[in-house]
Amino acid sequence: MKVAVVRFPGSNCDLDAVEAIRRIGVAGMTSQLVWHESEELTKFDAVVLPGGFSFGDYLRAGSIAARSPAISKIRRMADEGIPVLGICNGFQILVEAGLLPGALLRNSGLRFVCAWTDVRVENADTPFTRIAHEGQVLRMPIAHGEGRYYAPEEELRRLKRDHRIVFRYSDAEGRATDESNPTGTTYGIAGISNEGGNVVGLMPHPERACDPLLSPYSSDDGRLVFRSLLGGAGG
Amino acid sequence: MSLESLRLGLTPGEMAVVRRTLGREPNEVEWCIIDAEWSEHSSYKSSKALLKLFPTKGKRVVLGPGYDAGVVDVGDGYVVTLHIESHNHPSAVDPYGGASTGIGGVLRDILSMGTRPIALIDVLRFGDIERSPHSRWLFANVVRGIADYGNCVGVPTVAGDIEFDDSFERNCLVDVACLGVGRKEGLILGEAKNPGDILVLVGGSTGRDGIRGATFASKNLSETAETERSSVQVPDPFTKKLLLDSLLEAAATGLIRGMKDLGGGGLSTALSEVASSGGTGVDVELERVNVRESDMSPAEVMTSESQERMLLMLPPKGSEPILRVLAKYEVPCSVIGKVTDDGYLTVRMGGRVVARLPAAFVVKAPLIAWPSRRPRVSAAKPTVAASARTDRMLLSLLASPNIASKAWVYGQYDHEVGLRTVLRPGQADSALLRLPNGRLLAVKGDGNSAQCSQDPYNGAAGCVAEACRNVVAVGADPIAMVDHLQFGDPSDPEVYWSFGESIRGMADYCSALHIPVVGGKVSFYNEDSTSKRAIKPSPIALVVGLVDDAKHIPSLGFGVKGEPIVVIGNTSAELGGSEFYRRVHTEGGVVPKVEPETDKALYPAVLRLIRSGLVDAVHDCSQGGLGVALAEMCSSGGVGAKVDLRRAPGDWRGVDDLVFSESHGRFVVAGAETEGIVDVLAAAKIPHAVVGAVGGGALSMRLPGHDRASTLALDAIQRSLEGTIPRLMG
Repeated sequence: MKVAVVRFPGSNCDLDAVEAIRRIGVAGMTSQLVWHESEELTKFDAVVLPGGFSFGDYLRAGSIAARSPAISKIRRMADEGIPVLGICNGFQILVEAGLLPGALLRNSGLRFVCAWTDVRVENADTPFTRIAHEGQVLRMPIAHGEGRYYAPEEELRRLKRDHRIVFRYSDAEGRATDESNPTGTTYGIAGISNEGGNVVGLMPHPERACDPLLSPYSSDDGRLVFRSLLGGAGG
Repeated sequence: MSLESLRLGLTPGEMAVVRRTLGREPNEVEWCIIDAEWSEHSSYKSSKALLKLFPTKGKRVVLGPGYDAGVVDVGDGYVVTLHIESHNHPSAVDPYGGASTGIGGVLRDILSMGTRPIALIDVLRFGDIERSPHSRWLFANVVRGIADYGNCVGVPTVAGDIEFDDSFERNCLVDVACLGVGRKEGLILGEAKNPGDILVLVGGSTGRDGIRGATFASKNLSETAETERSSVQVPDPFTKKLLLDSLLEAAATGLIRGMKDLGGGGLSTALSEVASSGGTGVDVELERVNVRESDMSPAEVMTSESQERMLLMLPPKGSEPILRVLAKYEVPCSVIGKVTDDGYLTVRMGGRVVARLPAAFVVKAPLIAWPSRRPRVSAAKPTVAASARTDRMLLSLLASPNIASKAWVYGQYDHEVGLRTVLRPGQADSALLRLPNGRLLAVKGDGNSAQCSQDPYNGAAGCVAEACRNVVAVGADPIAMVDHLQFGDPSDPEVYWSFGESIRGMADYCSALHIPVVGGKVSFYNEDSTSKRAIKPSPIALVVGLVDDAKHIPSLGFGVKGEPIVVIGNTSAELGGSEFYRRVHTEGGVVPKVEPETDKALYPAVLRLIRSGLVDAVHDCSQGGLGVALAEMCSSGGVGAKVDLRRAPGDWRGVDDLVFSESHGRFVVAGAETEGIVDVLAAAKIPHAVVGAVGGGALSMRLPGHDRASTLALDAIQRSLEGTIPRLMG
């Protein structure tokens, strides 16, 4: 399993994602930084769009990267069923590119929020949640200004119906409440998938929750997101 | 153009030196170059002589003051670079832009050494946000500026210190420090050593923003400051991020011979400094400079402080890999000239020489020794109304913006990016970062203008002592310091006296504790434009420390119920400059005195307690005294404590001294094995007392002269600490 971590100009969690996957040290999984203009991208088995401020997040977060040639390649790869994970700015890019529905608006507090959050796994049947179980609570940090997921009612109904809500903010016991929703997202949504389930975007940073030393709660729950890539389907 | 219309900051005396040394009248461009380099900001002409008092050598020091950043050896071939900058005047005029570009500047200092920036720390000073809407506006926008810039470039903001005091009402202070990490053999210096090398200007275009910013920073903020907004640079974190990524990739090729950040004084300063420190000359063609506006004059191009620019010294042949990397990131660059062996800074425009000055002369502004006079101290005795109840007063202190939780601030900063943050803001007394060799680096910046204004010697030394305690409290040995000295107008003898005393205080403390000062910054002319009053003296100490083993990292909060609580160090009647006096609106009294000889034994003893796993909770005791320290440990751990403070060691006299005095050299710890703790402290001859135990839902304190314990419920403590700043800032 070769995982490409795509670096756009302005990506800033790219090295972290590569490092996290390396430190997890799962046999059979390697990760590599891939410049967004590189033709190599299509040779990988999975793609991570890391966090950051691609192209300075000018216009809207993720909007310029969403129109880059790399996204055309990723769109084709996604169609073929290759797993694609968008973290934070990566999620924003996937939404801007139309690979995932809805929009990511400014946080309800109108400020950047950096905090450790709990998210509940709603769908354990994606390439990034396969080794989790439904209802499992993962502790991972968020750090963004524009992460308030929004979808119109119709879209939200479809997301629910098709089990495409992958993560919801919750409390430590897995209850999704207003208090446990740090940025005021629709239905507490922290992450969703496309119809095929192979493209997943989320605002929390799993790569920052892979080493207990780096968590105030000694959490390494983020490992599960990356290890899931090998977990099912013969990985 | 007449000489007057250049609005130079040079004094008539300095102009005479220029004319005498050159033996001729310089032209306009030359005057502007000298003006930028001889500004206080770039030349340190009022401070250089005194700064020599600092100890700058040590076994870990690779490079000390005089470089873009200090460099310390952290073992296994790795070095940590550190530097601090301020952007006070720009932030007072344009808080958002000023604060952002302040970060931009300090990041370049770390980058220009060839090291990767890994952490930002900011030390901020504002007026009284409880009363002043202007100060709230400055505060909100400075924080937003730091957040937007730091978050975008992907360098975590991991620590800081904030103080609110009337004297900063108009002239807020925005100090930003940056840490970097790299391989020792990969260090790059800002020196043009090889004649024939090409000079490449990399990054953003050169515009009219920030023109003569160094001169602007070297004057008092005038009432016409509103018109000085064009002296503030325009922030562009995205370009900075590309500059960062591309130059780190370029540096990895090993081909860069020298690198210099363009900061204060722009090209004038960068070019004259690389030439003089390399013992060479430079010859540049300004038509090659990528300018934003086509009609810029040579003087404007030379003194523009447009952001996101870097000067590289590259070999004349074989530098294509560097240019390829820059092209990949679409970072503009242009060859603007070459290194010569004639010792001159030669500037051309369209081939015509527009300035030619000896580089070594340009960088050597004549030093100034200002007259100094000890201010008369008011003899008024502090008066405290006896009616104030200790528990109510403690709650009021916890709710003071100076002591209250700063979560509103650091919640806006990404403090996780980079996968190095072990301890983050709010979690402990210092930030702790994982280094590539597995060791941990602690960092904290501290200042205390209230104490420094009354007793600059002990106040300034106390800033170092407090930063050291904070670093020790997470289990780290202090290994190096950078300082930032911020004062009013140096030509005021009382300001200059307090400047000298501050340096002496810090230098004596650092010498005694063997903490080398590897860099620093001086900022004068900080005064209120309306009242003409100088800011309170504001020296800042930023200390870094090293933890060898991540096994024992204590928490700040109490955790284990029933664990004995030990107060370490003497409490004295030292309420001068305390938060308590500020709260009850009185002045005077004795400022806490530093005891370097005691601290020399204290720090190793506390480190022994931590490293042997004897203590689970450790907290430094400083602002707000023992009362605040205990309340913070309860709040952080979510558990109460029951203590008899009458047992606390020291020559404190009344209840106020005992609970609120800010005496140095104190920690509060909790650990299960009392005997073990006491043995270590007794062996080191450190005064200490077991005062109580962790547990319950309240902080309950037995105090002298009170029949019953003073009790504060845990939720009242937490409300006071956490509610204040969100309530004021919305």
